[in-house]
Amino acid sequence: MLRPATVMRLGHHMADTATHEAHVTSTGLSNVKLGMWLFLGSECLLFGGLISTYMLYRGRVSNGPTPEQIYDIPFTSVSSFVLLMSSLTMVLAVAAAHKKDDRGTNLWLTVTALLGATFVGGQVYEFTAFYNEGLGFTTSLFGSSFYTLTGFHGVHVTVGIIMLIALVAINKRSRVPGSKSETVEMIGLYWHFVDIVWIIIFTLVYLIPV
Amino acid sequence: MTTDTTHNTAPSHGTDHAVEHGMSTRGYINIALILAAITALEVSTYYVDFGPLFLPSLLIMMVVKFFMVVSYFMHLKFDNKLFSWLFYAGLFLAVGVYVAALATFHFFLR
Repeated sequence: MLRPATVMRLGHHMADTATHEAHVTSTGLSNVKLGMWLFLGSECLLFGGLISTYMLYRGRVSNGPTPEQIYDIPFTSVSSFVLLMSSLTMVLAVAAAHKKDDRGTNLWLTVTALLGATFVGGQVYEFTAFYNEGLGFTTSLFGSSFYTLTGFHGVHVTVGIIMLIALVAINKRSRVPGSKSETVEMIGLYWHFVDIVWIIIFTLVYLIPV
Repeated sequence: MTTDTTHNTAPSHGTDHAVEHGMSTRGYINIALILAAITALEVSTYYVDFGPLFLPSLLIMMVVKFFMVVSYFMHLKFDNKLFSWLFYAGLFLAVGVYVAALATFHFFLR
């Protein structure tokens, strides 16, 4: 018969093992990853709606400047390039996490957050410049749909930056729950999704004229 | 039936990462360079007149960039097909719904 102290030790050992090994699922796939892909699939519907609304209303300018008058393509191109490169640094963070390289993971996550912050900073500058040029949220249907679409995207990037910074902070304390590489990978998937949405926005909103 | 999650989508721990996810660090950098080159080409359409090729070329470059990031950076090319199904179901549903919605507003006839 097992003594209480032995049972407690066994319990601790099992709990410890559970946190370090993969969960067993009926599909054989990670439920967290399945959930993330399902979430990203549903996000396509959200951004699809916002992009379609913009496409419908971009020519509806009763007041204020038109897209051609205010878009600064060279500036937005640099922002797009920065966000695109943040996808590279994110995938390097995921690769480092799979190699159990904590230092590399934290470094690339931090660089990704900084590149993301640069992009959001650029968007804040752009919004301010557009507002000063006479394009408010309610100035025209073009203004409303533009700010809603790019604003939603900016909020997604900001949420991503918060997740990256939080992950670095938690990782430095070695308190990432469950599989660390999977956690980094999930935040990576979210980050890349934000990037692919911008790939579409950059072309449809900025590069294709009304 | 139950299976260990680590054994279905990737080889067991201890294998080379490049094998595990189908790409090496050099491979990721090459993909990023290709993406940067396509972006530069996209931006060039703003300065150079591509004539009738302007719209199709921009849309093709956008789609190529999209699928490169999804396939290689998001590892969908190397992962279990169920993940692809989940994502592409949402993507194609969105494209179908909103193309239909735009068509009802005669968007493509303008």
